[in-house]
Amino acid sequence: MSKKPILKVEKLNKTFKLRKSKLMEEQKILHALSDVSLEIFEGETMGIIGESGCGKSTFGRCLVRLHDATSGKILFDGAEINEKKGAELKALRRDIQMIFQDPYSSLNPRKTAGNIIEEPLIVHGIGDTKARKEKVKSLMKEVGLNDQHIHRYPHEFSGGQRQRINVARALALNPKIIVCDEPVSALDVSVQAQVLNLLNSIQRQYNLTMVFISHDLSVIKHVSDRIAIMYLGRIVEICRAEEIYKNPKHPYTQLLLSAIPPETPFEKTKKIELKGEIPSPVGEQVGCPFASRCKHVMDKCRVEIPELIETGDNHRVACFLY
Amino acid sequence: MADVVLEVKDLKTYLFLASGVVKAVDGVSFGIERGKTLGIVGESGSGKSMTASSIMRLLPKKIGKVVEGEINFNGKDVLTFNSKELLEFRGKDVVLISQDPMTSLDPVFKVGAQMVEMIRAHQDISVEEAKALSIESLKKVGIPNPESRMNSYPYELSGGMCQRVIIAMAITAQPKLVIADEPTTALDVTVQAQVLNLLKEMQQNLDTSIMLITHNLGIVWEMCDDVMVMYAGKTVEYTSAKELYSEALHPYTWGLLESIPKLSHESKSELTTIPGTPPDLRLTGEACNFHNRCPYAIPICSEKVPELLEIKEGHFVACHRQTKESTLARGEEFGDV
Repeated sequence: MSKKPILKVEKLNKTFKLRKSKLMEEQKILHALSDVSLEIFEGETMGIIGESGCGKSTFGRCLVRLHDATSGKILFDGAEINEKKGAELKALRRDIQMIFQDPYSSLNPRKTAGNIIEEPLIVHGIGDTKARKEKVKSLMKEVGLNDQHIHRYPHEFSGGQRQRINVARALALNPKIIVCDEPVSALDVSVQAQVLNLLNSIQRQYNLTMVFISHDLSVIKHVSDRIAIMYLGRIVEICRAEEIYKNPKHPYTQLLLSAIPPETPFEKTKKIELKGEIPSPVGEQVGCPFASRCKHVMDKCRVEIPELIETGDNHRVACFLY
Repeated sequence: MADVVLEVKDLKTYLFLASGVVKAVDGVSFGIERGKTLGIVGESGSGKSMTASSIMRLLPKKIGKVVEGEINFNGKDVLTFNSKELLEFRGKDVVLISQDPMTSLDPVFKVGAQMVEMIRAHQDISVEEAKALSIESLKKVGIPNPESRMNSYPYELSGGMCQRVIIAMAITAQPKLVIADEPTTALDVTVQAQVLNLLKEMQQNLDTSIMLITHNLGIVWEMCDDVMVMYAGKTVEYTSAKELYSEALHPYTWGLLESIPKLSHESKSELTTIPGTPPDLRLTGEACNFHNRCPYAIPICSEKVPELLEIKEGHFVACHRQTKESTLARGEEFGDV
């Protein structure tokens, strides 16, 4: 694999202002992303995993500029994407596409499958009507849909087929990066496997770079080259996919792994006792986000935020233990 | 089987819709022993939740109807219960824990009020006593400062907390059977682990039986003694969890077991999938429901519905290729599947 970073994220922050419930109340700020830095190389799949509310979807949305970052940089092919406007932004959107979680609400119910897949081509003014139709048909075949179904509406398709329409739409513009936000979490296991196979094969075919967001560790492991674990808006660990199961370093990663149900009825997993709730992302953030639940907690953890540190072999951890 | 709490025999629940009769549950049989856990797995639309609704007698009015079969709870026929007996049965003998914890609590009442109401519906005690009981059970499920939580509204609690409140309610009822319909699907893995632990604890303390509906086989391996696999409204395989893992017999079960991505797998490897999609439940009943997706199908599969047979002791399977006389091994005929 070529070691050229296609996407470089530096110290990305995203905060949301919460609506005040009282007049004269102090403005509360929700920290969705705090100092997120990572590099994504061409042709690889970066898995992003974390629990609900950890900021993984916000991260995905920042990458496609559905959210504007509060501060920090996102460099795509060396150019800062947060400063792009107008035609430049439109060109960027061609290169970075997104597949959404819910195959039901992400397709317009009043458009046919063909129209849906064709739309990005129209928006970007590619080809004439005939060429576009051909392209739509070939895309449908590619993602395993019958091109006879081009005039069908989304409700006539099953969940798995709808997600295939989503994939076809994302592929229509020959993007360089696809951001997948929980693309299989609404699907049954047998259909999930079909969609995962499809994503893996189109990636190989087009040398796509993928950012794959999920809460399911085994799914993430299956598609990713590298994995980033997020907790409360921060990346706490990044490493190669194999490494995370063999050698998880951050206490949160260890906990997450121990919480997965076993793969056979014969093994009894040893669970790490989990105490407390996830702290609130609202207000001033002090100390390591995991300090309140960590069993290795030290005095330092409560006052200082650990940086991501290289521990060898491209394995980076944000924990004072290392 | 000794001390069977719930026994379901050849249950058929149909939905009578304008577009036709949907055979949502079309021949389901199982039993749950006291203190044991039965897992029910299957894809969406396979009739798992409809089976639970049939047992609870909570089918959609006018549309849903049990057309055949028996449901016996402690020797009594649930289907003949009158409304008074049903009140006893639901919420006291049997508790349902549903998929979405947020919607199973009433959003306009405080958690405490809902718990007290539930307790007083089944036990003849004062409000104060019921409150004390609620606080005690909230403590048992690990909710911090339960006294103040009694005054919270459901929206003030996280999904995991809500599910714990519901389990706390279940504990106060001391039920004989808990029907948990995808209790952790809406929750994160770490919270899921906590909730499953609570269910296990409750089972140990009260000797409750659990019917656990899930699509996650990992949860089955962790929690269940027995498993029933459902496909298109039918029981296709029913045996112990260990037997199912190591010696599954139905081709659908094989497909299901193989299509799960596993942590121990090489990353980026190809997953085995089951081709095709489940049948339209309005059109089933003439053949094996799985025949058009089954790589092992033979002519009889598209002509006759296979019966659920006991192939080995305690191992039931509904497949024409699997009989006492001749069994088919996974991958046979293909060499390397």
